[in-house]
Amino acid sequence: MRRHIHLRWLALAAALALAGGATAADYPTAEVNTTGLAVTDDAVTVGILHSVTGTMAISESGSVEAEKLAIKQINDMGGVLGRKIEIIQEDGASDWPTFAEKARKLLVNDKVAAVMGCWTSASRKAVLPVFEKENGMLYYPTFYEGLEQSKNVIYTGQEATQQILAGLDWVAKEKGAKTFYLIGSDYIWPRTSNKIARKHIENVLGGKVVGEEYYPLGHTNFGSLINKIKLKKPDVIYSIVVGGSNVSWYKQLKAAGITSDKWTLLTISVTEDELLGIGGENAEGFYAAMKYFQSLDNENNKKFVAAFKEMWGDDSVIGDVTQAAYLGPWLWKLAVEKAGSFDIDKIAVASNGIEFTGAPEGYVRIHDSNHHLWSKTRIGRIKKDGQFDVIYESDLVEPNPFPEGYQ
Amino acid sequence: MITLTRRLVGSRSDLAALLVLAAVLLVVMPLTLDIFRLNLVGKYLTYAFVAVGLVLCWGYGGILSLGQGIFFGLGGYCMAMFLKLEASDPVTTAIQSTPGIPDFMDWNQLTELPWFWVPFESFAFTLFAILAVPTLFAFLIGVAMFKRRVTGVYFAIITQSVAAILTILIIGQQGLTGGVNGITDLRTLLGWDIRSDGAKYLLYFLNAALLLACIVAGRYILSGKVGKLLLALKDKEDRVRFSGYDVSNFKIFVFCVAALFSAIGGAMFTLQVGFMSPSFVGIVPSIEMVIFAAVGGRVSLIGAVYGTLLVNYGKTAFSESFPELWLFLMGALFIGVVMAFPDGLAGLIRSERLRRVFGRPPLAAVTRTGALAARDPAPPAASASADAALPHAPTGTDR
Amino acid sequence: MFEGYTASEIGAIFAMQGFAGLSLFCVFLLMALGLAIIFGQMQVINMAHGEFLTIGAYSTYLMSVVAEKHAPWLMDYYFFLAIALGFVVAFAIGWLVEFSLIRFLYKRPLDTLLATWGLSLIMQQGFRSMFGAREVSPTLPEWLLGSWQLSDTIEIPINGLLVVGVTAVLTLAVFFLLFRSRWGLKVRATTQNRVMAEAAGINTARVDRNTFALGCGIAGVAGAVFTTIASTGPTSGSLYIVDTFLVVVFGGAASLFGTIASAFSIAQAQSILEFFINGSMAKVITLAIVIGILMLRPEGLFASRVRK
Repeated sequence: MRRHIHLRWLALAAALALAGGATAADYPTAEVNTTGLAVTDDAVTVGILHSVTGTMAISESGSVEAEKLAIKQINDMGGVLGRKIEIIQEDGASDWPTFAEKARKLLVNDKVAAVMGCWTSASRKAVLPVFEKENGMLYYPTFYEGLEQSKNVIYTGQEATQQILAGLDWVAKEKGAKTFYLIGSDYIWPRTSNKIARKHIENVLGGKVVGEEYYPLGHTNFGSLINKIKLKKPDVIYSIVVGGSNVSWYKQLKAAGITSDKWTLLTISVTEDELLGIGGENAEGFYAAMKYFQSLDNENNKKFVAAFKEMWGDDSVIGDVTQAAYLGPWLWKLAVEKAGSFDIDKIAVASNGIEFTGAPEGYVRIHDSNHHLWSKTRIGRIKKDGQFDVIYESDLVEPNPFPEGYQ
Repeated sequence: MITLTRRLVGSRSDLAALLVLAAVLLVVMPLTLDIFRLNLVGKYLTYAFVAVGLVLCWGYGGILSLGQGIFFGLGGYCMAMFLKLEASDPVTTAIQSTPGIPDFMDWNQLTELPWFWVPFESFAFTLFAILAVPTLFAFLIGVAMFKRRVTGVYFAIITQSVAAILTILIIGQQGLTGGVNGITDLRTLLGWDIRSDGAKYLLYFLNAALLLACIVAGRYILSGKVGKLLLALKDKEDRVRFSGYDVSNFKIFVFCVAALFSAIGGAMFTLQVGFMSPSFVGIVPSIEMVIFAAVGGRVSLIGAVYGTLLVNYGKTAFSESFPELWLFLMGALFIGVVMAFPDGLAGLIRSERLRRVFGRPPLAAVTRTGALAARDPAPPAASASADAALPHAPTGTDR
Repeated sequence: MFEGYTASEIGAIFAMQGFAGLSLFCVFLLMALGLAIIFGQMQVINMAHGEFLTIGAYSTYLMSVVAEKHAPWLMDYYFFLAIALGFVVAFAIGWLVEFSLIRFLYKRPLDTLLATWGLSLIMQQGFRSMFGAREVSPTLPEWLLGSWQLSDTIEIPINGLLVVGVTAVLTLAVFFLLFRSRWGLKVRATTQNRVMAEAAGINTARVDRNTFALGCGIAGVAGAVFTTIASTGPTSGSLYIVDTFLVVVFGGAASLFGTIASAFSIAQAQSILEFFINGSMAKVITLAIVIGILMLRPEGLFASRVRK
């Protein structure tokens, strides 16, 4: 029945009947909410906690849009256990203590039943103790460095090994790559990811890392680095540059003659969102390893993209994280329905093994024990218009946030 | 004894202002706010330590530092290191490849505790470090700068750059410092759960009491010789120098005191918020803290506390009601304060109409030194003297 | 690190590294030129300088959108119009800011810091409301994008050449304006002795307004040029602010020669260090050296010898 979730958007009333006609009367508030969450007879409140101001607003606004879309669609279908979802949105303002403060407000004051939110690792690390202490449930959308697992978080993005290993395997096989130059912005995600990449290159692929470098966040001049790359002539430039630096990095690569006709560049930090700022023409022909691209050719995704554009305008683009953010409310809904309760403890357990076939990225399943998602890794080639040609798709990859031999 | 009391609390109206503040912090807030909001106020009050320090070194000493976040951060990091070590006992970190060291070190392949972390296993050393490390750092910066007569804008820009360097270093050395995520997931202090409501209440009161103590200490410093000299050198630095004083020593002293206050604030921040991150060391928080002091009135120790509370309350309230617009309102607040109320909240209190209500102005301590007459009809007395900080000022007439 | 390379390869790397240093120097100089005028000549600490850069960047973006939609034949050349537009818009906004804000604060230089910080918050949020929180990318003409193949191994980025060219023209123009024009004479007279300048019949208020607006306009040009090498977003400008102030202060606030010398030395130090060690540490070491030298020479490299 759940396999055709998207069909229900079309025939609302019929779908309601199909879904078992879950009305609030079937689930008395006193039974489904034993811990005093903001659940009434006809409504349930969830929180959205992203930065809409400050430097991270660039990245996080897409997630907010996706979450609001998912919640609207769920409400159109009749809500969760017959209750409409109401939203309290808070601004993390790109500032980690603010995230912690707002998270506490959402959990303690507003008693929200779940929070969709956070983007950077730093913001997640700041709110994690709050969620564990106040026993909340966070749906975290970003691909991230792993090394974390919590009863109170569902990680809807990929952890590092999922994203990295399949991409490196592909580039080694298809391009015969032997030498790699690893580049990243200087913080935990790029450093941890490059560490995993280096182990995989050296121990599994038998390749060689000829350079590994980090630049401060916001760095805008890569002239010297580009010269070093030209000196070392790596088979693959492996790039995890993020934020505003990204734009400078690709524009300067192109200007220095490092283009896809002579060089291979593989990145795990450029989605359609970033390409808006970089400009497709500046990164054309380079490769990205992600679990989702807007151009994915399947029914779920076509409907999702159409609905997204209808709600947020034809100019919108949808990147990997935006899609992962869209999964949050749906996975929460499925967990609540499976548990027959809004209680955090029950959802935390019920989430294990949940399957969601309506995902734009295709079938996903929450792991049986670690709260991460099984997902496919895909390779996209950047096109001039800022979209990707999807040229490779892996099998479902098991999430492994604490990878043995890669630490 | 009488003189000491007088130096500590000032005149009767100073005492009244201090008592009002104490009543607000220790009675009104805890009675009217729930623990969540009270914890927020506690967090704001940790910034007030920095603002009070800035009143000393900027408002009185004329030294504008755009790097007070450095000291707030150092104090906070010292406390966080101790708490992190306590939270990383071998039992809870058993899944790590090296149990017993902080989790982020394990992720960065460290197999033993770095040498400079080791002393932080002792609480006594930590308390000492919280006070000593930032003060020593301030002393070094102070000696290097003030002995070379770096002042005004130059000093502001240099402290700002030091803050930038420190941020990049902390983020870059993530195996040693926790990197951009900072030191998170702090739980207990000597076995006492700092995340519980009871602990939060207690920490709030401790925080408020320490803040009041800092204000009293600030009063004491200002009412003595140092205070007089600071005001004098802010107005005419050269004359003070020609009178035979080594001006730089006084500046170094007051800069160190400001750093010390900031460090206490930082340590209390870590305790109440439960983590520390490099984003407090950087430029943005440092400038914001200057603005807290400016809103409060840059020559009023007590005003600084109200200024901090007001701006942060505004920030929280605006951002909860108008998440997409609050930056407009904050920007307008800063501009408004600078343009319309250069002496901040304290300046408002000092205005004629309010004076009739409140009796003598709470800034009598300043008036007594004679350098800054509160009754002076020309409003921006404080700002006129800030001219001493023009870029050409370091040369002075003696070159 | 050079073993196993031929002499010509090493020569090529040195040539390209030299150019990288040169273009970084020009980037620093472009950033700092407007601020050097505002801060050096007027002692106004404009924390919103980065946002004036952003104005130039968004002007370029708007221009590219307009050109793409309405005048595709212009696409190859619109960039020069965009530079002019960046200047005009930033100049106009700078003029307004001076008129409504800065002129009340000349006696309180440190207060300009606070007020312009507030201004920068407002401007950032303004960009966000107008253009959205995401970064945008102006479509650049094809000829600006690639590299110029000098020999088999030496490739020179065209956008780097553009930065160098614009910097040279702009610097010369500023020098001409300040030191060879009547208006420049008024500016310098006002800086040196306001009262005397007024007595000599100079309308100092107008001079101030135009000087500030000019500084902002130059920032606008810099912002427009930076779209070729960096990002365009609401907070892009704030990335530059620390470096910019350091360049101006290091050079000696009131000296344009000083600004040039300081941009050159900081850029070379950073570019060379980046080549031999890694990026983060290069930045730390460069900043530390600059601060060290500033302690020895508090007035910067080229202090103007003014008797006050």
